[in-house]
Amino acid sequence: MSTNWNRKDLLGLGELSVDEINFILETADAFKQVGTREIKKVPALRGKTLVNFFVEPSTRTRTSFELAAFRLSADVINISATTSSLTKGETLKDTARNLEALHADILVLRHSSAGAPQFLAQRLKSSVINAGDGAHEHPTQGLLDIYTIREKRGKVDNLHIVIVGDILFSRVARSNIFGLTKLGAQVTLVGPSTLVPREFENLGVTVSHKIDDVLPTADVVNLLRIQHERQRKEYFPGIGEYTTLFGLTKERAKLLKPDCLVMHPGPINRGVEIDSEVADGLQSVILDQVTNGLAVRMAVLYLCGGIAT
Amino acid sequence: MQMKETKQNPGVAIMDAEAIRRALWRIAHEIIEQNADLKSVVLAGIPLRGVEIARRIAEFIREVAKIDIETGTIDVAMHRDDVGTRAELPIVHASKLPLPLENRTVIIVDDVLFTGRTVRAAMDAISSFGRPARIQLAALIDRGHRELPIRADYVGKNLPTATKEQIQVRLQNVDQEPDAVWLFKQ
Repeated sequence: MSTNWNRKDLLGLGELSVDEINFILETADAFKQVGTREIKKVPALRGKTLVNFFVEPSTRTRTSFELAAFRLSADVINISATTSSLTKGETLKDTARNLEALHADILVLRHSSAGAPQFLAQRLKSSVINAGDGAHEHPTQGLLDIYTIREKRGKVDNLHIVIVGDILFSRVARSNIFGLTKLGAQVTLVGPSTLVPREFENLGVTVSHKIDDVLPTADVVNLLRIQHERQRKEYFPGIGEYTTLFGLTKERAKLLKPDCLVMHPGPINRGVEIDSEVADGLQSVILDQVTNGLAVRMAVLYLCGGIAT
Repeated sequence: MQMKETKQNPGVAIMDAEAIRRALWRIAHEIIEQNADLKSVVLAGIPLRGVEIARRIAEFIREVAKIDIETGTIDVAMHRDDVGTRAELPIVHASKLPLPLENRTVIIVDDVLFTGRTVRAAMDAISSFGRPARIQLAALIDRGHRELPIRADYVGKNLPTATKEQIQVRLQNVDQEPDAVWLFKQ
């Protein structure tokens, strides 16, 4: 039994075929089962070294990759922007080549510039996994969202998926849009017109600026985090106004179908994009997303890091 | 003798459906004979054909001993020791075993026993689920050339081969081909 997987890198869902996406999800099924064992560790990547290279801050994605690597028996080094020589003026390429000289087999990169993972993937023999590049893609988040939808609803095609928030600057949204549309879902993007421009319709999705119109037909509502730290004033209406117009409040949640899933990539801003009652409610699968993220990342590391280079 | 053509070379039929049926029937009897406490036995098949063979043996045991013995699936891909050295990655499957394994006898079931490396990986996988009382091994074909100190407890057919020869087991439910064991000379 062997696969047709022949990628050393995972840069985005935009470049993957439907078969490749489904294959990652099926592989993740097998790795999810490992989490239920008495010993939650397999030797699949024994002897491999993974470098978590996070030029932008992150806790949950980095920790998830780290734990995924541990469960596959790989060795892990964490490097953050402040502890790397980037602050001393070293270029990204030189830092990466140094890591490769240390025989790092897999490089997990988070970077504020779109295209940084691709830049390195073309220049390094190591596997490069994109853990978020600027406003471009965050493929493992997209995959874990799709995995969670498929797990809870049994399918993805023909479901109505509503993504709410700052779509323009969201890499999570882009990875979701690419993956979900490929798998046949209907995607509606909702948010202020400054953050959800009509141009997105070219990607095969629907754009709406009125959340109350779309919630009643949604099978999944995925709420993006309002990124205070990155939010530019001219685009954003203000927190209170955003919550009033687009927040999934307790009252607004009554519009949802009883089996509609509520998702959020985290960390959640309670009372801003989502009310506590909804985040902790029966329809919320936010913590399932975290658990599934581990399985999906194990699958990605196994597939990209396991092939002979 | 029945012949089968492939792109490269002709294959020789070593076993037909009836021969496979008889071999598994005998293995079922041997398992009954050697395990006084049949209820503690778990047949753990290695995907894909080991799972189907385990299912058939369990059926025969049900017929003979009137006992439903439990079956499971044990995936070895993520426990192999050659990841990163093969051009193609083995597909991983979810393992499924009845838990807990303590005080149980797990019988690993595979179609062909060759180097023993798959069986080693299977034992490694089983130990991550718990600590069974004992692990045994059943294989439809034992073709020799072991690279590890491993032997089978139940063998359908011993088939001396050259390393370069290929053995193919085909099972109706898995391959949509009639049950058969084929030998391909290189």
